[in-house]
Amino acid sequence: MTRSNPQVGADGRLKHLLTTEGLPAELVRHILDTADQFVSVGERDVKKVPLLRGKTIFNVFFENSTRTRTTFEIAAKRLSADVINLNVGASSTNKGETLLDTVWNLQAMDADMFVVRHSESGAPHLIARHVKPGVAVINAGDGRHAHPTQGLLDVYTIRHYKKDFSNLTVAIVGDVLHSRVARSQIHALKTLGVPELRVIGPRTLIPAAVDRLGVRVFNDMAEGLKGCDVVIMLRLQNERMNGALLPSAGEFYKCYGLTAEKLALAKSDAIVMHPGPMNRGVEIDSPVADGPQSVIMPQVTFGIAVRMAVMSMLGSA
Amino acid sequence: MKTEIRGARVIDPASKRDEKASIFIDGGRIAAIGKAPASFRADETIDANGLVACPGLVDLSARLREPGFEYKATLESEMRAAAAGGVTTLACPPDTDPPLDEPGLVEMLKRRAASLGSVRVHPLGALTVGLKGARLAEMAELTEAGCVGFFQANAPLPALGTLLQAMNYAATFGYTVWLRPQDVSLAAGGVAHEGEVATRLGLAAIPVVAETVALRTIIELAAVTGARVHVARLSSGAGVALVADAKSKGATITCDVGIHHLHLCDRDIGDFDAQCNLAPPLRDPSDRDRLRRALAEGVIDAVCSDHTPIDEDAKQVPFAEAEPGATALELLLPLTLQWGREMKLDLGQTLGAITHRAARILGVPSGTLAAGADADICLFDPARAWVVQAQALASQGKNTPFLGLELTGRVVRTLLNGRTVHGA
Repeated sequence: MTRSNPQVGADGRLKHLLTTEGLPAELVRHILDTADQFVSVGERDVKKVPLLRGKTIFNVFFENSTRTRTTFEIAAKRLSADVINLNVGASSTNKGETLLDTVWNLQAMDADMFVVRHSESGAPHLIARHVKPGVAVINAGDGRHAHPTQGLLDVYTIRHYKKDFSNLTVAIVGDVLHSRVARSQIHALKTLGVPELRVIGPRTLIPAAVDRLGVRVFNDMAEGLKGCDVVIMLRLQNERMNGALLPSAGEFYKCYGLTAEKLALAKSDAIVMHPGPMNRGVEIDSPVADGPQSVIMPQVTFGIAVRMAVMSMLGSA
Repeated sequence: MKTEIRGARVIDPASKRDEKASIFIDGGRIAAIGKAPASFRADETIDANGLVACPGLVDLSARLREPGFEYKATLESEMRAAAAGGVTTLACPPDTDPPLDEPGLVEMLKRRAASLGSVRVHPLGALTVGLKGARLAEMAELTEAGCVGFFQANAPLPALGTLLQAMNYAATFGYTVWLRPQDVSLAAGGVAHEGEVATRLGLAAIPVVAETVALRTIIELAAVTGARVHVARLSSGAGVALVADAKSKGATITCDVGIHHLHLCDRDIGDFDAQCNLAPPLRDPSDRDRLRRALAEGVIDAVCSDHTPIDEDAKQVPFAEAEPGATALELLLPLTLQWGREMKLDLGQTLGAITHRAARILGVPSGTLAAGADADICLFDPARAWVVQAQALASQGKNTPFLGLELTGRVVRTLLNGRTVHGA
């Protein structure tokens, strides 16, 4: 049995955005180039373009996330689409409705696009398999699997500051095991040709066989940061901080928290990224998060443009 | 009633018979193979030219879903599926609702199955009450009601003290304890083999060590108690090595593998194909290859369908939420034949894994074509190709990763006690 690519049509155009894995490099570059044109929209007095006028976009969040939902909502509104926000986590599924029933109901309301977040890996794939042709699905984060718009906005940010991917050393630090963000970053960065991609963390938070995805594993942070152009910190979820994977947030900070001292081991012009929301004093120290090498706020701004790019490409199909 | 099956290639793995011959059936039993008994006059002659006649297949694990899960499948539908798959003897695991932990439940199941009469159903009793792992089930009573062994099914293994005493108690009476080797805390929450695929897809993983730790424990306790233990559904090469080692040291254990694990691996999950959510999980291609060899070498005693009919709703959900299992009674023969072809085994060796080798584990006299044996016979066309399609399956469960694929080898007719229960 062979793997198909459910998100790219026979004509090579984007049908859904489910994962950064398997996206052709050309398509990734096209998304980033399109995003370039949208960055300036946010700087105008009238922050709107009419590209998706008359289209209806459903933000269907089976797992609550105000921040991510808001960024999609802003992106859709700047494209002039009608946006409906649904926190399904708090409604239908509690009444026993299945995931697909929820989607089919919304589809019957003539949705053009679904932005889906779900706590289970693969839920957006399932939805994409069952929507009508012409209806697009954007994965806004599924379980530990993927968060492709985050991965794309991260590579957009890196391209903005570093221009060229072909000589970069990038480190992703922290809870890689549970991180959909890390997976989406890894695939996008490999696709764009980053030659040295590292993951750094204790063995309890590094998934099995991750080297097969083309990354080098470092358990020692000082070792892993040496010579890095980009340092990406991952969020450590509260529930992982004390238990069988980690003894305490304090010990994690000591070993894997990014301090000015540790950052000095990377290249002097290295940039620091974080997908947010940050745990200051756990995975990242405030002086670093707010310091001159941090590009965490630009990531947020670029995130809107990248989501606009993806939505406009899917909505014009 | 006297029946002659004429012209078939008769294969009996137990006696290594493989020849073109007639089978003469009288009063539900095989009267003779080859030469007709004196004054035998058939009431019915079955022309089986071009077909193979082998013992009715013996399946070590088929969920019939009664009692409790009739919306997934019924005895009627699944016994029809068994007959359509050439299976005439099967063991059903106790993971019904309620579980088979009371003699009354087992008696009712046996009675219902007998009245339908198309396959011999041998229930496995629950090892512990409610499969909860705390109190032993009434093994002697359950045996009297018709159980052929005691199984925890896919429920967590009991705590070690209870497991030890369960084996001790079973050994008192010579009962067989069936266990699927998986340590619950090492497997906690996992749905896929720990490896590249689970990492890529972000699925919680079940490491191989969850199997090997449990297996070492089971082997050790079996040795200490002297209990007869059957290890159900091996999934890993490391597990095979432990069983091989234990057997070479004289352990009284047997083991089986599910048919899917001979053909599929974690990569077949593709983009979250919930049909590949199985228990135990599909593992690495190297594990699959080791399981295939181990079955051929005899380290693994038999292969089973591990038939699990599941309603569509329970599979149309994200991968981790899907109920594990696949419908397989009707695929057991062609998939076993495919394994045999690919391993370059002759047909007799291949069929041994789903006939007498399986019957020996159950301790029942099925699975052979000897004169005097019950006339349970599977007639199949070894060359006929067919495409697995939902509407073509008799099972109420249409959940199989093989949907749409072409398989070779099709059951044409199934006889139980000399009576045709499928085909013709």
